[in-house]
Amino acid sequence: MRFILSCVLFAAPLSAKTIAVAAGADAQERLQTALIDAKPGDTVQIGAGRFALSDGLSLDVDDVVVRGAGADKTILSFDGQKGEGEGLLVTSDRVTLKDFAVENARGNGIKSKGADGISFVGLRVEWTGGPKESNGAYGVYPVSSSDVLIDRVTVRGASDAGIYVGQSKNIVVRNSRAEFNVAGIEIENSYNADVFNNVATRNTGGILVFDLPGLPQMGGHSIRVFRNEVVANDTPNFAAKGNIVAQVPTGTGIMVMANRNVHVFDNRIDGNGGSAVMLVAYRAAFTDATYNPLPREVVVRDNRYGRNGFAPAFDGGKQLAAAVGGTLPNAMWDGVTSYTVPGGAAVTGAGGVVVSDTPLLTLGLITQGTPVSAAKPQVAAPVTSGGSQEPAAVVLPSAQLLRAAG
Amino acid sequence: MTAFRIGTMLLLTVLTGAAPAPAPVDLERVLASDPAPTLADYRLFTDAQADTPNARLTPYALATPLFSDYADKARLVFVPPGTSASYTATGVLAFPVGTVLVKTFAYGARKIETRLLIRKADGWVPNTYVWNAAQNAAVLKRAGARVPVVWQGRSIDYAVPNANQCKQCHLDGDAVTPIGPRARNLNVAYRYAGGSENQLAHWTRTGVLRGAPPPAKVARTPVWDDPSEPLVSRARAYLDVNCAHCHGRTGFASNSGLYLDLEETNASALGIGKRPVAAGRGSGGHDFAIAPGRPQASILAHRMASTEPGIMMPQFGRTIEHTEGVALIRAWIAAMPADKP
Repeated sequence: MRFILSCVLFAAPLSAKTIAVAAGADAQERLQTALIDAKPGDTVQIGAGRFALSDGLSLDVDDVVVRGAGADKTILSFDGQKGEGEGLLVTSDRVTLKDFAVENARGNGIKSKGADGISFVGLRVEWTGGPKESNGAYGVYPVSSSDVLIDRVTVRGASDAGIYVGQSKNIVVRNSRAEFNVAGIEIENSYNADVFNNVATRNTGGILVFDLPGLPQMGGHSIRVFRNEVVANDTPNFAAKGNIVAQVPTGTGIMVMANRNVHVFDNRIDGNGGSAVMLVAYRAAFTDATYNPLPREVVVRDNRYGRNGFAPAFDGGKQLAAAVGGTLPNAMWDGVTSYTVPGGAAVTGAGGVVVSDTPLLTLGLITQGTPVSAAKPQVAAPVTSGGSQEPAAVVLPSAQLLRAAG
Repeated sequence: MTAFRIGTMLLLTVLTGAAPAPAPVDLERVLASDPAPTLADYRLFTDAQADTPNARLTPYALATPLFSDYADKARLVFVPPGTSASYTATGVLAFPVGTVLVKTFAYGARKIETRLLIRKADGWVPNTYVWNAAQNAAVLKRAGARVPVVWQGRSIDYAVPNANQCKQCHLDGDAVTPIGPRARNLNVAYRYAGGSENQLAHWTRTGVLRGAPPPAKVARTPVWDDPSEPLVSRARAYLDVNCAHCHGRTGFASNSGLYLDLEETNASALGIGKRPVAAGRGSGGHDFAIAPGRPQASILAHRMASTEPGIMMPQFGRTIEHTEGVALIRAWIAAMPADKP
């Protein structure tokens, strides 16, 4: 018995301690010092109250928990931020961020880069002045990481994506709320992601699954978007021009651009004036010969649709709607099935788009880069069979889930 | 200095015929796992004001330096007795354990901070020491600080970096590394007390460096502000030194796909016709990092000219615009043929 007990004790770092930081004067220096002094296994406990930060904060120690008193109680305010590209930056592994808020960061809210095993839990990231182009780009922004958990996070007002996961692997986004952002939730250039039980509402577009060229990790695949409420995404696009999300039409529910093996199912999609579900190829020219701009092996099934497609905001959308009876069908696919590899051969015949729960408007653009004005729209009845096999459920390390629940 | 100590030194001078040699750099302190609380603890200088470097410290300069809010920078390198750095044709020189790279940031006579990059047994460790108002002591500062400065008509809210920011710029993959002292960026003349000499030749002659070919056979980072050099060389050198520590394939901004090191040859990776990925409002409404022939429509120049967090690049390390640097990059972009790079 004593032997077993000592084993249990030794499983946790012997010297794990809690560093408490209370609100008050010199918050910047005291909080940043705690984040630097923390050792693996430690908890930085941020007290209730408003912390007026003058610069970005950062953490670069593995196995640290940063915890507040609640998303409405511990508020890291970056109204007076003078420098740095995000409110809080994490560059270490197995970090848990829990129960605090980040407000009005000048750039991104919380970014983590190369931070494997990171968990964002019970957080709020918000730009409190409502949707504005001058708001920061991303709310929570893990990039280049494996094993990412985003759970019970609320993001409001991001001028790009509220919840954005980029160039990562093994991702769970759940029980979260994204509203009044340009993109509510965006999974980009990522492998194996489960996005479920979230609410995406009042954004320009609700949930996006994108793959872009010219990046270290491309070929996004194996993504499931399910049991989400994607409702009334109607905020006019306020992204800075030049960014890919600036092209997302207002009123988009769920949008898939490029990627392979994406399954969209059991969502409630209602009140989106554009397409409830939009499947498109990457449209711009690209120089990366290893990039595939087409959405492939996409399955859309068993979603519950309300009233969508009543106010298409993309170029030619109104004419399209008029041509098919006044309202866009719930699902739209650009019908692009071929592209040319830069410096190489034409690739044709890719596709494998299966929509079984609603009629599908196909634009028949066929070749990547063809403008929407050349559309040959057709509405097809729901497909009754076929489609790629659903990706396996994402499993995060049990130790990570334990830390996140602790 | 007390009268007693001065008297003792005089007596020693009389007895030996020379001033006693100051104690050497404290190598034990240099190699200790925790940073010393004050700069003086390392004995890198023989005076409290850090005006006189100790024995075995060699001053150096870079062909093209990082812009740091117009601060003057005085650099020194120390390698332990019996050791030397090994030449590498690309990348940073291979410095031995115990190396200290010393960089003091100052505005005229006013020292702000002295940064140390120390090669410990298990890797490089950065720390910075901030000078007091009396300018006779510098203490360890790990959480960063702001120091207001008025210099040559500019009001500067100078930012001393915190320990994480030090690492962020000095990261190469998972390891901290120096940025400046690579052979090509040292391959210029320096005015030593004994006269002007190429730095690689001087380092070799004095034993700081071994294995270096003659300077004429070593690549050279162009001097960004030397108008006799080609515009493209100067611009690429500037981007290499000011941006590539993050914007490289193993740097902090590796996920951007924008790579600005001098060795990069892929036009798209250099930003030419490259669309932004995660720029947010940093795009300034522009479509491309570099729009050839159109600096006013290029995100790169837009972000370099900004001082707004969330837009400005670099994200830290400067608080005001480097007008000469931005002008150089704009001129380079303007000179690009609009149809191809």
